[in-house]
Amino acid sequence: MQAATFLAYLAAAALFIVGIRRLRRPETARSGNTIAATGMAIALAATLFVIEFRGLLLIGAAALIGAVVGAVSAQKVKMTAMPQMVAAYNGVGGGAAALIALSEFYHLQTTGEQDLVASVTVPLTILIGSVSFAGSAIAFLKLQEVAFTGSVSFPLQQVVNALLFLGILLLAANAVLGGEIIPSLPPVASVVAVLAASLVLGVLVVIPIGGADMPIVISLLNAFTGLAAAASGFVLNNYILIIGGTIVGASGTILTRLMSSALGRPLGKIIFAGIAASGTGKQAPGEDRPVHDASPQEVGEYLADEAQKVVIVPGYGLAVAQAQGAIRELMEALEERGKQVLFGIHPVAGRMPGHMNVLLTEAGVPYDKLLDLEDINPEFEDTDAVIVVGANDVVNPAANDPEQDTPISGMPILEVHRAKKVIFIKRSLSPGFAGVDNPLFYDTEKTMMLFSDAKQGLQEVLSALKGA
Amino acid sequence: MEQFLAQLAVFVVAAFLGWELISRVPNLLHTPLMSATNAIHGVILVGGMIALSESTNPAITAVCFVAVFFGALNVVGGFWVTNRMLGMFAPPRRRVRRRKG
Repeated sequence: MQAATFLAYLAAAALFIVGIRRLRRPETARSGNTIAATGMAIALAATLFVIEFRGLLLIGAAALIGAVVGAVSAQKVKMTAMPQMVAAYNGVGGGAAALIALSEFYHLQTTGEQDLVASVTVPLTILIGSVSFAGSAIAFLKLQEVAFTGSVSFPLQQVVNALLFLGILLLAANAVLGGEIIPSLPPVASVVAVLAASLVLGVLVVIPIGGADMPIVISLLNAFTGLAAAASGFVLNNYILIIGGTIVGASGTILTRLMSSALGRPLGKIIFAGIAASGTGKQAPGEDRPVHDASPQEVGEYLADEAQKVVIVPGYGLAVAQAQGAIRELMEALEERGKQVLFGIHPVAGRMPGHMNVLLTEAGVPYDKLLDLEDINPEFEDTDAVIVVGANDVVNPAANDPEQDTPISGMPILEVHRAKKVIFIKRSLSPGFAGVDNPLFYDTEKTMMLFSDAKQGLQEVLSALKGA
Repeated sequence: MEQFLAQLAVFVVAAFLGWELISRVPNLLHTPLMSATNAIHGVILVGGMIALSESTNPAITAVCFVAVFFGALNVVGGFWVTNRMLGMFAPPRRRVRRRKG
């Protein structure tokens, strides 16, 4: 039986890898997900033989409840709320790892086994798993806009976090050494304290980080949960846990790096200086400078008469206003008039990299029209009109101005200023998340400002276009 | 010790594999990929099953019960939501035809 389960785990690991490989291309991505899920089913079935069907009733009951909650929530969640849903699933995975490590610690204590590997990996799993759980919970609350929106900070935050971390190490050492450091605290109580303190650490690390950086945090916590799963595989001597967890830990780290470089913000700056991530360097918006305040009619007529090639740049505001459908209708109306329409998607548009693509394809925009930063930037040179909907920072030329030092300096931008006309559909002149004024707003020759909610503005432009 | 060395070997190879697997992915797929790998670490459910099957203490059984619940939620929710996301990338046949016509 041992050999059979081992081979089944090996097959599951192979399917995970093939699945992830296929997830790298849009055409094969969905089958990749199915293949990985099949691998998971094989791993779980093999585990039934590993445990020789003991405790099956309880396992079945717990797994059934979890499966039903998972299926219903995944089916019902709106695609705009999907980032926080991923955060939630990630958090419970981390929580599971921490709880398993806790029970393994108890198991080792009662059997009296001395295991050097376990004494390192058990507290480590509890620490990483709990931080992932609590951090994901905070990320969920922030993205759902229930609590802690924006950056929450308090004095000496870094010092408190560092002290807490040292405290966790001390408690973990005490647990492993059988209560020798703090005699009044027995090992099991000590390890429970590690879990509690790690939860607090997870909360403290994530609350100062602003909402726009949440995708990076979620991706990092995803990698954390993978590592926690791998660490628990060492304790349980289970190869599928080690392989599955490690692949996620490594690929999650890469994904996090890709995301943070797209934001132009080093990871360390986000994690250790979350306070700096939002708010500092705010400039007063130049409300008194003249702008070209355009009406929907004016925009519609320009698009009808002057524009042959149109690029649409959707931003976070589009997702908030639920204007994906309106933007697809605008695309179709323009195409009916024989115009070329493309979409320029900044890597951090929406709430996660790729989130905007998901929202737009859901609304019926063909994904081959959605171009990445590198592919769309050469297109702007001969573009007649760029329609920027609910975005600012990602098209702000100030980010590339070496004279200016702003929070977004160095971030790659969509170079919409190279197009003939730029139309902003935006609620107000207020600068975006980064708080940096956009000089494009005040280029009255080039720029039309349509002050409106994204959805309403698009609908008005659409009817003006149809009437033109 | 021998067991640990074998584990370590698997860990190191898997780490390099994970690293290589993701190195070049279009932005379009970052969110689905994160979501799918998120589902894969739901493999922690395997650990939950083992721990629950071993447990003899009621309190620890309760802890493991929650762990299995969490793990199943992670697996099913994770794969399900990824499948929904990727369903949108399916070849848009209807629209292709309309564009040609």
